[in-house]
Amino acid sequence: MGLETWIEVSRMDELGRQDTPVHRIDARVKTVTTLLFIILVMSFSRYEVSALTPFFLYPVALLFLGQIPPRSLLMKILVAAPFALAVGLFNPFLDHRPVSAIGTMSISGGWLSFVSIMTRFLLTVSAALVLVACTGMHRLCAGLERMGVPRVFAVQLLFLYRYLFIIADEGSRMLRSIELRSAGSKHLRFRVYASLVGHLLLRSMARADRVYQAMLARGFDGQMRVLHPTPLRWSDWVFLLGWTAFFVAARTWNLAGMLSGPFMKGAS
Amino acid sequence: MHMADALISPAVGGTMWAISGGIMAYCARRVKESLKDNLVPLMGVLGAFIFTAQMINFSIPGTGSSGHLGGGLILAVLLGPHAAFLVIASVLTVQAFFFADGGLLALGCNIFNLGFYPAFIAYPFLYRVIAQDRYVSARAIFAAMAAAVAGLQLGAFSVVLETKASGLSDLPFGTFVLLMQPIHLAIGLVEGLTTAVVVSFVARARPEVMPTASSLAGMPVNARPVLLGLLMATVFAGGILSWFASTHPDGLEWSIAKVTGKEEVAGRESGCASAHRRCRKQQPSCLITISKRQQKPLPARSHPMKQTIPRRGRRGMPAHRFRDLRVASSHWLW
Repeated sequence: MGLETWIEVSRMDELGRQDTPVHRIDARVKTVTTLLFIILVMSFSRYEVSALTPFFLYPVALLFLGQIPPRSLLMKILVAAPFALAVGLFNPFLDHRPVSAIGTMSISGGWLSFVSIMTRFLLTVSAALVLVACTGMHRLCAGLERMGVPRVFAVQLLFLYRYLFIIADEGSRMLRSIELRSAGSKHLRFRVYASLVGHLLLRSMARADRVYQAMLARGFDGQMRVLHPTPLRWSDWVFLLGWTAFFVAARTWNLAGMLSGPFMKGAS
Repeated sequence: MHMADALISPAVGGTMWAISGGIMAYCARRVKESLKDNLVPLMGVLGAFIFTAQMINFSIPGTGSSGHLGGGLILAVLLGPHAAFLVIASVLTVQAFFFADGGLLALGCNIFNLGFYPAFIAYPFLYRVIAQDRYVSARAIFAAMAAAVAGLQLGAFSVVLETKASGLSDLPFGTFVLLMQPIHLAIGLVEGLTTAVVVSFVARARPEVMPTASSLAGMPVNARPVLLGLLMATVFAGGILSWFASTHPDGLEWSIAKVTGKEEVAGRESGCASAHRRCRKQQPSCLITISKRQQKPLPARSHPMKQTIPRRGRRGMPAHRFRDLRVASSHWLW
């Protein structure tokens, strides 16, 4: 988790603060729709590829309507790929049963399920990232709390997010100073590491203490108050019901298969 | 050890969501009941600390690799199991949202694998029993190592069970276990050692911040919820295993034949192991990263962003922005 990661996080934060039609949709509606999307994508049989393709419409539509630059999201998806790749990569070598054929070339079940896993990976990861990029952490946490997530947890999420940057700054300052003092050597020795992280912990705790004092001075009594909850508007309902209808249709009928007709029939 | 959405079936993901959600609700109630409202900022800041500590690496002599602090155990030691579980859950949620590390459907699995075992199994039954609230001793180092290894082994085994139950991966059970467990043994030893030295450093430098035996006495290790959780996990695991066994009548023989009979599998094992290690090592050595970053000024990267996202003034704010403002205004406490 290098320093670029933090720049990326703050970039996501800036994206979340934009003002586009997608950003205006209620956070609860977007969360529920995205969860439904992921569940339906994952409920397909393991050899399914073509029926998954219409689902790309959801993240791509949000990406464009939310004016999110696709490049930064793609980089994140690539960085996250290894786990799914490492586990899915075994399928082609373990499952040799031919399940379909394109022309004269037969395709083994393993390759098909591998492609299916990677497609699902792309879909689910991009949906989750797009959700945050076009909602922002504050709206998301407020939405989560109103959906019944325990208040302590919603507050914890917000606090964590708020202090990420501050503590990370503290950490990178310490690293920079230690780099200046240890000319030429690239790695920390264990003893140095232990006291460095220990000090970071002490500083973080001291900061938590100061924050607590400041909160007390402003009348904090252990409760987080949110002002009037806003009701769902008609555009929220349109978003929710429209996408749900599309997902259910795409789950029930193979929309891509209908479009391309007999060509993809073998692969589905 | 973060599981991705792409390998989880909705049934497994949903079940683990329900289990983790239940534990979270229970923990939230316990934290609320503890009436220590200074716990609120402490939890948030320690979550941020875990993130930051993971970007500081030390070199492991002789191996060329580097290690860093894990999360679960040190949080359990500093905050007690209930608050620690919530902090781990929040860290994993932020990782899922911002780093695509794990996913939304897999979040329940990840919270359970990385939060439940260290906080509710390894910490109360191994760390506290062995270390006996003495943070600066050889016992404490041994306790932390035992607890971290046990927590990670259980977690890694859960990853295997959950992946198998989802049925999207063809990886035989035995091979998968043989891949996961040894890797996480090494990771567990490093996590235990780092946890022990950081805790002993803090206990020596500022003993008053460590939870003392008397303050922990008010937070008794209640065995009932733990046993209940274990029971639920056992029933769950039993259920999916029997389902798995019924759909693959010769499942065990089949996987054993795959594991032992095929040279191919054994040959590829190292490939996947190294891929997994590479995936662990994605955090680059920070010293290098930062020094390079210093030479390349940041604004160059942030410029295009500023062009795409114009900052808006307060004046002329459209009406729909007001409700965001209302949400934002509730955060004035910070």
